[in-house]
Amino acid sequence: MNSGSKFEPACPIPKSDYEHILLGHGGGGKLTRQLIDRMFYAEFGNEILNRGHDGAYLPSTGHTLAFTTDSFVVDPIFFPGGNIGDLAINGTVNDLACCGAIPRFISLALILEEGLAIEDLWEIVKSIRKAADKSGVSIVTGDTKVVGKGKGDKIFINTSGIGEVIEGTDIGPELCRPGDVIIINGTIADHGIAIISKREGLSFETAIQSDTASLSTMVADVLTKYKSVHVMRDPTRGGLASALNEISEASQTGILLYENKIRVSEAVRGACEIMGFDPLYIANEGKILLIVPREDAAGILEIMRTHPEGRDSAIIGEVTPEHPGLVKLLTTIGSTRIVDMISGEQLPRIC
Amino acid sequence: MKHIDEYRDKELVDRLVRQIGKQLTRSWTLMEICGGQTHSIMKYGLLDLLPGGITMIHGPGCPVCVTPVELIDKAIALSIKEGFILASFGDMLRVPGTGSDLLSARAGGGDVRIVYSPLDALQLAVANPGKQVVFFAVGFETTAPAVALALSQAEAKEIKNFSVLVAHVLVPPAMRALLSNPDLRIDGFLAAGHVCTVMGYEEYIPIAEEYHIPIAVTGFEPVDILLGIQKTVQMLENGVVGVENAYPRSVKREGNVRARELLDRVFESGDRSWRGIGNIPQSGYHLRERYRKFDAGTLPGMEGIQARESEHCMAGEILTGIRKPSECSAFGSLCTPEKPLGAPMVSSEGACAAYYRYNRVN
Repeated sequence: MNSGSKFEPACPIPKSDYEHILLGHGGGGKLTRQLIDRMFYAEFGNEILNRGHDGAYLPSTGHTLAFTTDSFVVDPIFFPGGNIGDLAINGTVNDLACCGAIPRFISLALILEEGLAIEDLWEIVKSIRKAADKSGVSIVTGDTKVVGKGKGDKIFINTSGIGEVIEGTDIGPELCRPGDVIIINGTIADHGIAIISKREGLSFETAIQSDTASLSTMVADVLTKYKSVHVMRDPTRGGLASALNEISEASQTGILLYENKIRVSEAVRGACEIMGFDPLYIANEGKILLIVPREDAAGILEIMRTHPEGRDSAIIGEVTPEHPGLVKLLTTIGSTRIVDMISGEQLPRIC
Repeated sequence: MKHIDEYRDKELVDRLVRQIGKQLTRSWTLMEICGGQTHSIMKYGLLDLLPGGITMIHGPGCPVCVTPVELIDKAIALSIKEGFILASFGDMLRVPGTGSDLLSARAGGGDVRIVYSPLDALQLAVANPGKQVVFFAVGFETTAPAVALALSQAEAKEIKNFSVLVAHVLVPPAMRALLSNPDLRIDGFLAAGHVCTVMGYEEYIPIAEEYHIPIAVTGFEPVDILLGIQKTVQMLENGVVGVENAYPRSVKREGNVRARELLDRVFESGDRSWRGIGNIPQSGYHLRERYRKFDAGTLPGMEGIQARESEHCMAGEILTGIRKPSECSAFGSLCTPEKPLGAPMVSSEGACAAYYRYNRVN
């Protein structure tokens, strides 16, 4: 555990030992122990984890608990703006935040492919630590498996999280009400396009960064003051359109989006124009939709904008009793059209 | 965004809609050829904005829709053949063949790669010398030049493990076929701006004269489409027949001369079967003699593929503008983007997909 520099500790498993993950790293023997002790305990250690038991003993606090799980299989594992490690923490933290919960505990399960560079794993572990610290969650239990080369794709991560629900809140997609407004905390489609731009076979250079971020602090600040938030949802896979379609269907309300209020960065718009993608359907990893009573919107926006991840928060639509179960878009030219649920994956167009 | 926002400008849109309304003394039926234009019309809700006297019908300009089933079946067969990689534009992957589609073929172990350009497919061949890489060459005159370029590079660099399954189709013969159809009334055409960017619009002049029909070369943004409609209506109201260029920022009368030369070197025109429509004389590109060694259609195993269409799909009538997607009994019930019976429900340019996605309850 020597450190190369003050801020960037070097990989604790010296290159002279192993440069790549071997099947033995998942075998439960000395190699597994080395990985756990030198890398995971060293980075994630806390009272609960350090007991080294088969499971974690969690203190009971009397709060309602929220529990969620998510698996991360992103390709490439390193992308502009982040990597699979911070994504795996932020994703689960944000799911808890959407339940109105303050994230407390996280489990971390890694499935590593034989041959993964130890240096890459170290980068990912450092990112996991940073993201967990930022959100104030403890990694309290975990698991590591190694699969043979070709049986996985470098690294898959599962995280499950437990959070304490903020008292007085009641949040769920079915609680969306006509008269509510829809808030989002900034530009859409950054994550999906950052990933696509780095995929094999697509040779275009962009400065687009993933928006991966933890939203728990901002959400907690909003909920501490405003218990009236009806719905929160992070529009990840399937993008804004899919998240809002689910909400509209669950609550049997209509949703009207204002196209001229939905912000898409110039670079993302350009990439979408070239590839024939609709940014409404592209994944985000640091965005959250809040559906709130209109009278509370200004106050909520004010709180959100004090956070770096909420600086560009804005109202992008409203909930209406008309067209229940359907999402519509008021276009920039003044017409209205349906925003449907996407079927399958978006495929690049021919011309 | 520069070069885009000004063509989605509300004031300009409103002004053009007013101009079209002022010109109208009777009702007219116009056809936009290109599926990209159909999608723009639906995506921007232009049908709601247009004066009642204008009826838009949607043309056959969706390349994946008109690609014959047997060529899709061949592509699927190639993708699952040992030692082969099938490279395709993403649009083609969900289009149903007789019993399957390329996405399912890939899930079943076929090697199907999405590429954005035929040149990427050529690179794939260079990077995989032990494999045969076949590019599924689909599209109108717009995508054909890049295929021609890939083939001329493959020839120059003597790349032997690259071939193409050619499905290219041409717009002007299809327009003639539509105009010869007695069941169809079209008063004016919006010609496809991207096709004309490559080919120019000289070949449309004899069509306008022969069939006494005005044609406006039209772009794809809301303002472009409305300008195309406005020019066509103006010609109709003034009794003028001819071709107007309503997309001059992209289209020149003679087109892209270098691209045309390249096309002429690699391809020759010949008959082509259009899915749902049937054979249209001289409406497809085929490889010239010199390039036939790159023809994947003649590879072993390609003969004897029997293609069959769904009985419920009326794609032919949709593609020729005789019926609207919402008039099909299977629309939205038996046939959806998740389970398409015909190609127009699949692609980002198919008329059925455009109606389903943007307008299905209106």
